[in-house]
Amino acid sequence: MSNVPSDLLYTKEHEWVRIDGNTATVGISHFAQSQLGDVVFVELPDVGKTFEIGESFGTVESVKAVSEIYAPLSGSVAEINNAVIDAPELVNDDPYGDGWLAKFEFTSEPSGLLSAAEYEQFIKEEADK
Amino acid sequence: MHTYEPPIFELSSPGKIGAALPDAGVPETELPAHLLRDDDLAGLPEISETEVVRHFTRISQRNFCIDTGMYPLGSCTMKYNPKIHEEAARLPGFAFIHPLQAEETVQGALQLTYELQDILAEISGFDQVCLQPAAGAQGEFAGILVFRAYHLDRGDDQRDEVLCPNSAHGTNPATAAMVGFKVVEIATDSRGNVDLADLRAKVGPRTAGLMLTNPNTLGLFDENVHEVAKIVHEAGGLMYGDGANFNAILGIVKPGDVGFDFMHYNLHKTFTTPHGGGGPGCGAVGCKEFLADYLPGPIVALKDGQYTRHTPAKSIGRLKAFKGNFGMFVRAYTYIRMLGAAGLRSVSEHAVLNANYLRVNLDKIYPVAYDRTCMHEVVLQGKIKGAPSVHTLDIAKRLIDFGFHPPTVYFPISVAESIMIEPTETESKRNLDAFIDAMKQIALEAVENPELLHAAPTTAPVRRLDEATAARRPILKYDQAAIAALLSK
Repeated sequence: MSNVPSDLLYTKEHEWVRIDGNTATVGISHFAQSQLGDVVFVELPDVGKTFEIGESFGTVESVKAVSEIYAPLSGSVAEINNAVIDAPELVNDDPYGDGWLAKFEFTSEPSGLLSAAEYEQFIKEEADK
Repeated sequence: MHTYEPPIFELSSPGKIGAALPDAGVPETELPAHLLRDDDLAGLPEISETEVVRHFTRISQRNFCIDTGMYPLGSCTMKYNPKIHEEAARLPGFAFIHPLQAEETVQGALQLTYELQDILAEISGFDQVCLQPAAGAQGEFAGILVFRAYHLDRGDDQRDEVLCPNSAHGTNPATAAMVGFKVVEIATDSRGNVDLADLRAKVGPRTAGLMLTNPNTLGLFDENVHEVAKIVHEAGGLMYGDGANFNAILGIVKPGDVGFDFMHYNLHKTFTTPHGGGGPGCGAVGCKEFLADYLPGPIVALKDGQYTRHTPAKSIGRLKAFKGNFGMFVRAYTYIRMLGAAGLRSVSEHAVLNANYLRVNLDKIYPVAYDRTCMHEVVLQGKIKGAPSVHTLDIAKRLIDFGFHPPTVYFPISVAESIMIEPTETESKRNLDAFIDAMKQIALEAVENPELLHAAPTTAPVRRLDEATAARRPILKYDQAAIAALLSK
């Protein structure tokens, strides 16, 4: 059931991060989308906006609930995925691919992110709650 | 049974009439062009009286309501609304008065308003009540505006934060944000109370107040309420009480005695005025003396034997046109007068007893989120042993097939797969047992035949609704082609 690609980093708020140079692509994990259920609306920030680590940069709304998405690192928004705004189901269908949310250019080296193994352990504990 | 009732526009036939009108007796004239609509609306349906009556009667018969079955929608207090309220509200002296009539001609209505203010103040331990706000969320808005006005009036302009426990109703943080405050979330401890350590870490000179629902949305009475109030007050903040769950503590706990400074009452929950689409609501507010000057108006006072309306000196202003939803005052007043003080206490005792009866009969099958005696509602989890593919949504939909309105689901969001059940005091033991039997049967089906649950409801006029498509691609306006396309799928 768990789908946690080993080449990505994660947060306890269930975002995933793909680091490439000083750009970080961010989305929500497979576990997060399965817990949320069908995503019906995604709200993303304007390109150029800056966020501190842990700050909410948008929302994902499903048929069950509205959830905030948090910046996994500090930086400015370089690009957002307009495709998920038009077709929010991409977040459910392909959370690690076409369902990505935003790309950040980070200002300081990311820290405190979880490895795939650590995240897998974390969601196992969450699921048992 | 018909599964699809077409919109009334599709029942129209050109030239058909429901009532024969006499000749106008004057020549017909075209309407001026600027009064004509320029949209594509086909015009009013042309249809006979019989067809109109049958159309709307058929639709009404599909409506699930408290008069047709148990409606255990947690957090909403969907209790039975006694029919005598309707008699009282239709008395000509109440039904046929106008809000702009001179005060001396509506003394009876003002007396009822005054007495209801007084009664609500007594029940809750507050000094002044205003019945103006139209519903709970507007009551909250009034309260937080009053908090702001109070702080600013004292020259205390550094308070820009409102604390909300993460078990709060969504309206609490929304209210604080609407008034312009920053919302600070407070964690819940392992017993479901406000986490005092987290509260101490977050309270301070920027705290305007804390919004607490007690009992909270986990159906638990916050055991730390005195300490929470003490911490907030010592920091100079105020305590807001969300009265959504007041049905659990009538005649037992007065919010004004346990540290709250202000609260709203949902007359449409606790005091049995009609609810939801049957409203309108009434979110009356009450407060301690030191905040009374900031209340919205008008408020009714008694002076020299005459009832008069006034607006407090430093009022935050008006929230609603005219005099509030007066018809609701009459219904709530009737309810309270019928029950008296002992009867109101009995309401809460039975509401709590009923919820706990469900809890102890179901907690072996559906895990309880917090293993404590609950108040008027119980939060279960839709996690059935041996049925990994079955979720809370499936259980809720299957309950429809057993003739029950589903409970509140996936709220509170702090509990995974939550099912929040509030039976209210108006359900008999027979009905509660039937609900328990249905929940047990569903748990068996979940293991033996999960497909039955995934396909539910099977006996309702419509099958499982596609909530995702409805939200992603909503059709917000009557569109015959779009409906035909959906039906052909």
